[in-house]
Amino acid sequence: MAPDTKTLRGRVLFPGEARGTALRSQVPLGLFGHLDPKTGVYREAGHPLDGQCVKDRILVFPRAKGSTVGSYILYALRKSGAAPAAMLLSEADTIVAVGAIIAEIPTVDGVDLASVPDGARLRVQGGEIRVEEG
Amino acid sequence: MKLSREENAILEGRLGAGARKAMEILTALGALSGSPDMVEVRSVQVSGVSYANIGEHGLAFLEAWAAQGSRAVVPAFMNPGGADRRLWRSLGYPAAFVRKQNQVIAALEKLGVQPTLTCTPYHCGQTPAFGQHLAWAESSAVCFANSVAGARTNREGGPSAIAAALTGRTPRHTLHTDEGRRPTRLVEVGCRVKSVADAGALGYLIGKLVSEDPKGGVPYIVGVEPPDGPMRLTWLKALGAAMAASGSVGLYHLDRVTPEAVACGRALASRLAKRSVVAGLQDGHRALGTGRGAADLVAIGCPHASPDDLRHIAGLLKGRRVKTPLWIFVASDVRRQAKKDGSAAKLAKSGAILVSDTCIVVSPLKELGVKTVATDSAKAAFYLPSHHGVGVHFGATEDCVETALRGKHGA
Repeated sequence: MAPDTKTLRGRVLFPGEARGTALRSQVPLGLFGHLDPKTGVYREAGHPLDGQCVKDRILVFPRAKGSTVGSYILYALRKSGAAPAAMLLSEADTIVAVGAIIAEIPTVDGVDLASVPDGARLRVQGGEIRVEEG
Repeated sequence: MKLSREENAILEGRLGAGARKAMEILTALGALSGSPDMVEVRSVQVSGVSYANIGEHGLAFLEAWAAQGSRAVVPAFMNPGGADRRLWRSLGYPAAFVRKQNQVIAALEKLGVQPTLTCTPYHCGQTPAFGQHLAWAESSAVCFANSVAGARTNREGGPSAIAAALTGRTPRHTLHTDEGRRPTRLVEVGCRVKSVADAGALGYLIGKLVSEDPKGGVPYIVGVEPPDGPMRLTWLKALGAAMAASGSVGLYHLDRVTPEAVACGRALASRLAKRSVVAGLQDGHRALGTGRGAADLVAIGCPHASPDDLRHIAGLLKGRRVKTPLWIFVASDVRRQAKKDGSAAKLAKSGAILVSDTCIVVSPLKELGVKTVATDSAKAAFYLPSHHGVGVHFGATEDCVETALRGKHGA
C-alpha cells in the first residue's frame, strides 16, 4: 500500500526539484553568525536547531533574522557542498530570496509550516510539496 | 510580474550569464514585493563593498559573478570600501586586509562598477534629477536622493544593486510609486536645531519614532528649517543619514524645503492619523554620546564631507595644528576639488588628514587601535559602539575641531 501523502503549495522563489527529510524550526533562523558555511551545522544556544546540520535536508522555517550578509552564507554553503536540498518558509525576505537564487537552492515560501512535521519525507517540485507521511 | 520583451530576453541570456542571474534576482524580488513590472534606472550605487562587511564569502560570490562576463549597462558606482587606497600604510590599515579589499574592488570593476568609493555620489557629478528612477544602496545616499533631490529609489542591498546595474532595471514598488512616497506620520519639531550635529540628533529621534510605522516610515516634518548658505546641504544630509540609521528611513518630507513637500504643501500630510512631537534633542544627544575618556581620533565626514564642509573646517582651524588626529572622510573626487580650491593645503597645514575610499563606519577600527572617537555625525555615533565597540563623543563640528586642537575631550 502506498504511503499516505498530502500536497501543499507555495510561491516559488527559486525553482527546482528536491527530495529529503524535513529539518524544521518553529522560530526564525539567523544565517550569518549561526550557520557554519563550511559544515552546514547550525549553532545558537537555546535554538531548536542548535547542533543540527542542514546539509541535504529540506530546511523548514518561518523566516530569517539578522544581517544582510546572510545571502552570502547560503552561497558559501553551496560552494562547500553543505547546502540544504531545499528551503520552505512561511515568509521569505529579500536576504533569503537573494541567497536562494545565488546559491541555486529550490525555495518556496507561503508554506503552512504546521502541515510539515519535523523528520517527514518531502518531495519538492516547483511550488508543489508532497508530504509522504508513511 | 509583467516583463517586457527585452527583460525576457535578458532572462534567456541575451546579455550573458551574469545578467541572466541578475534578472532572476530582480524577478524574485519583484514577486516578493508585489511589483507589477520593472522600472528603468538612470544610475546604480552599489553597497557591500567593504571587506570588513562582506567577508570571504561575499568576495567569493562577487568574483564568481564577475567571471560570468556581464557588465553594467547604466552608470554604476561603489560605496566606500574598508581602506584608503593611497594612505592605508601611513594610517595603519593592515596589509592583508587591504589586499582583500582590493580584490573586492577589482571584482566590482570587472562587473562595470566604477570605484568612486563614496556614499556621496551627489558631490561627484552624480546629482539625480527630480522624478528619476535609481537603484541606490547606501542608506544615507538613498535618503538624500529621495528626499532632497526628489529622485526615486528603494533601499537596495549589495546583490540587488548589482543586479540593477547589469540589467538597467529594478522592480517597481514602494519608493518608486506615488503611494509608497506618501508620509506615514506628521512630526512636529518644537525645539531649536542649532548645528549639523543637532540635525543628526533630530534625525535619530525621528527615525526611532517612525520605525514602527508599517511598510517603512515616511515622516512629514514641520517646525524646523535648515540654515541658508553653504551648510544647508550638510544639515539636510545629516538629518537624513541619522534617520536612515535609526529607523531605516528612505524618504523624508520637510515642510517648505524638500521638493515634494514644496509641490504638495501640507496637504500631503493633512489626513495623517499618526502624529508625534519632538520637544527637545537631549534624549538624542544622550543616546549618541556614549564615550568616556579622551578621544583618540576625531572623525568628520559621515556621510562624506562636501567641498563646502572642507572650506568650513579649514576656516575653523585657522592654520592651527591639531594635537589629536583629525580625519576628514571624503570622496577622492572631492579631495581633488579641494586641492584646486586651496582648502586641502590649509587642512594639511593644520595636520588634518583627508581620508578617501573608505569611511569611519566600515574601516577596521579595532585593527587601527581606535577606542574612542569624537564626531559630529549622528550616523557614525549610532553605529560605532555596536559595530566596533568604540566609545563616541558626539557634538557640533566646531566642538570636534576644538577637541582635535586641544588634544583631549573636555567640557
